[in-house]
Amino acid sequence: MKTIDASDIYYRQLNEQIDEIITTDKNVTLNNVFGQRYIGRGLPENVKIKINGFPGNDMGAYMDGAELEIFGNGQDAVGNTMNNGRIVIHGNAGDTTGYAMRGGEIYVKGNVGYRVGIHMKEYKETRPVIVIGARAGDFLGEYMAGGAIIVLGIGLKKGEDLTGKYCGTGIHGGAIFINAKQDKYKFGKEAVLMKLTDADISLLEKHIEAYGKYFKIGTSKIKAGNFSKYAPLSHNPYSKMYSK
Amino acid sequence: MSLDFSTPLFEVIRDEKKCIQCKVCVKQCSNKVHSYDEEENLVKADDIKCVNCHRCVLLCPTRALSIKKYSLEFRENANWTGQAINEIYKQADTGGVLLTSMGNPKPFPIYWDKMLLNASQVTNPSIDPLREPMETRVMIGRKPDSLEYDKKGKLITQLPPQLELSAPILFSAMSYGSISRNAHESLARAATELGICYNTGEGGLNRDFYKYGPNTIVQVASGRFGVSREYLNAGAAIEIKIGQGAKPGIGGHLPGRKVDEDVSATRMIPIGSDAISPAPHHDIYSIEDLRQLIYSLKETSGYKKPVFVKIAAVHNAAAIASGVVRAGADAVVVDGFRGGTGAAPLRVRDNVGIPIELALAAIDQRLREEGIRNQASLVIAGSVRNSADIVKAIALGADAVYIGSAALLAIGCHMCHSCSTGKCNWGIATQEPELVKRLNPDIMYKRLVNLVTAWNHEIQELIGGMGINAIDSLRGNRLMLRGVGLNEKELEILGIKHAGE
Ligand code: SF4
Ligand code: SF4
Repeated sequence: MKTIDASDIYYRQLNEQIDEIITTDKNVTLNNVFGQRYIGRGLPENVKIKINGFPGNDMGAYMDGAELEIFGNGQDAVGNTMNNGRIVIHGNAGDTTGYAMRGGEIYVKGNVGYRVGIHMKEYKETRPVIVIGARAGDFLGEYMAGGAIIVLGIGLKKGEDLTGKYCGTGIHGGAIFINAKQDKYKFGKEAVLMKLTDADISLLEKHIEAYGKYFKIGTSKIKAGNFSKYAPLSHNPYSKMYSK
Repeated sequence: MSLDFSTPLFEVIRDEKKCIQCKVCVKQCSNKVHSYDEEENLVKADDIKCVNCHRCVLLCPTRALSIKKYSLEFRENANWTGQAINEIYKQADTGGVLLTSMGNPKPFPIYWDKMLLNASQVTNPSIDPLREPMETRVMIGRKPDSLEYDKKGKLITQLPPQLELSAPILFSAMSYGSISRNAHESLARAATELGICYNTGEGGLNRDFYKYGPNTIVQVASGRFGVSREYLNAGAAIEIKIGQGAKPGIGGHLPGRKVDEDVSATRMIPIGSDAISPAPHHDIYSIEDLRQLIYSLKETSGYKKPVFVKIAAVHNAAAIASGVVRAGADAVVVDGFRGGTGAAPLRVRDNVGIPIELALAAIDQRLREEGIRNQASLVIAGSVRNSADIVKAIALGADAVYIGSAALLAIGCHMCHSCSTGKCNWGIATQEPELVKRLNPDIMYKRLVNLVTAWNHEIQELIGGMGINAIDSLRGNRLMLRGVGLNEKELEILGIKHAGE
């Protein structure tokens, strides 16, 4: 395990140092991170990075199998176009978290911003998952094309909403699971409420348990069967819009 | 006949004396225009389905076929043209957005045709490319503000990554999915043989085509289809697509029916699923955000490849291009309103954007005034039809041009504007195996090589005639251009004098 003191290092040099270290040691700890972008970008399997501080935007962009654990908040576009790997954030994450991710997992202990999981997609056996501990902003899962977004609603006040508005607008693949009876008006017209399948239940159970393990939070009260599932009405939502 | 008020646009003329009922046309037409009537032993045509692609005409062994404009006329009316009326009928029938393909066909001014080139006479003799060396090679990428050398004259300044092209020509972005595998293969092989580049478009890069990487530009668009670390490192340059000349401001939509196994593997999405590219990149709402994306790509590709940013030519193109350069792009690509497309809403294609000639002149001027022209190359697109257009573009300030429609014409496109139906009879804009097979990459790549080779030679002749022996010496040399029939304002924007001045 190597440690880098990231204070006053520009992102390019910081990422170069990480590249260098992982040629010999796959475990890296970054201390005093303060806004450096692109940490973990494109990094492959078996690399594990612990981040103390405030990583900047596009953390884990195009990531290809590495694991990041952040003891702090994530900013915007965490896991942008990520292919594989895992990001665990002991805090909140910003807008467009998981933009266009195609594989891997993102666990956020607290809240996330707007347009999270936008254009997530799945491909063959890779199915990305975003697990959000508390609540998500507007446009969650917009244009979603695959994978799963799970919102647990932990620690919210009674009656507090788990998501903002216009969730699942343009969704044409994947599913959004909300740990509540959600008002339909919160969702775009392309998303419909569907029954949970056995496969959904086991997916939920697996990720709820993992959430509990990563953040050392008891999750026994969260019942997979209570979730509302929103999924696309069609895989081709806009085909009727055009005349030749 | 039909109650939806639609009437044929074209009439299939069959010379019965020549027709031998071989049924080639019946087999060839994917639009099912021709049919064979056994009882009468006659081949018949249903005109209304014809898109005028010439496939049957060219394959008919006895040359019995020709296609004409259908002679049905509405009462003459300069305002309510037949097209305007028919569009209303169609929308009243379907309630849908009108979809079309290829570039804007409307009679807007073509500024290339209103500019003339100079040549040397008496003084500064012209150069004959047959006998003298001529440089048409270009380097695309950011150029440093100054160069430093050591005592021995060796360059110390570290140059940003450059993309070397043997001619100032690249093949435009056309995605795998919008055009066929064989069309892509033809482009990739031609680019490799020519020492230029083709562009993946926003559809990802097929496994089988990674080997053409050194001559490939990989595109990153809002849908991020097929974009991975491997993909970003596979090409010679990376292009962020913000917009496209044929449809500025709107996204793309590859219908699920065109997403077969091969397209699905290339785009990395499930078979049959729509591939929707949202109008904006949702991580870009500002020039600062664009910078973030540019640098995320540079970070992931080790700063080894130039990053292009492609925008559509819109009203404020010059200011936007300036922002794009400041955001760190190594090349700005500007696509004019005549640029082609596999599918675009007709109203957008025909009414949005500005001519590339004006956008190019304005952008080059602006970047020079701001002292940042060296910081990025300028590549233009949006209907470059021949080598003279290229020479004029370079004299206006471009470093290179993208050709899309011209490249497709070289491999058999007949400009029937029907790409969006997915039934291209020439095997280009289709995924139907039977149709794709018609395009033989072994033959077609050579036609592309021929085209670019011919154009490159013409470029040499044209610039040689001006007494210039390197394309770099022509760049931004607007004194080599004169306008004909242009007004003061147009001349001012183009930064050229009128012929005779
Ligand atoms: S669509 Fe093409 S192949 Fe069919 S009849 Fe018309 S010109 Fe011939
Ligand atoms: S690519 Fe095919 S469908 Fe499109 S215009 Fe050319 S010939 Fe027609």
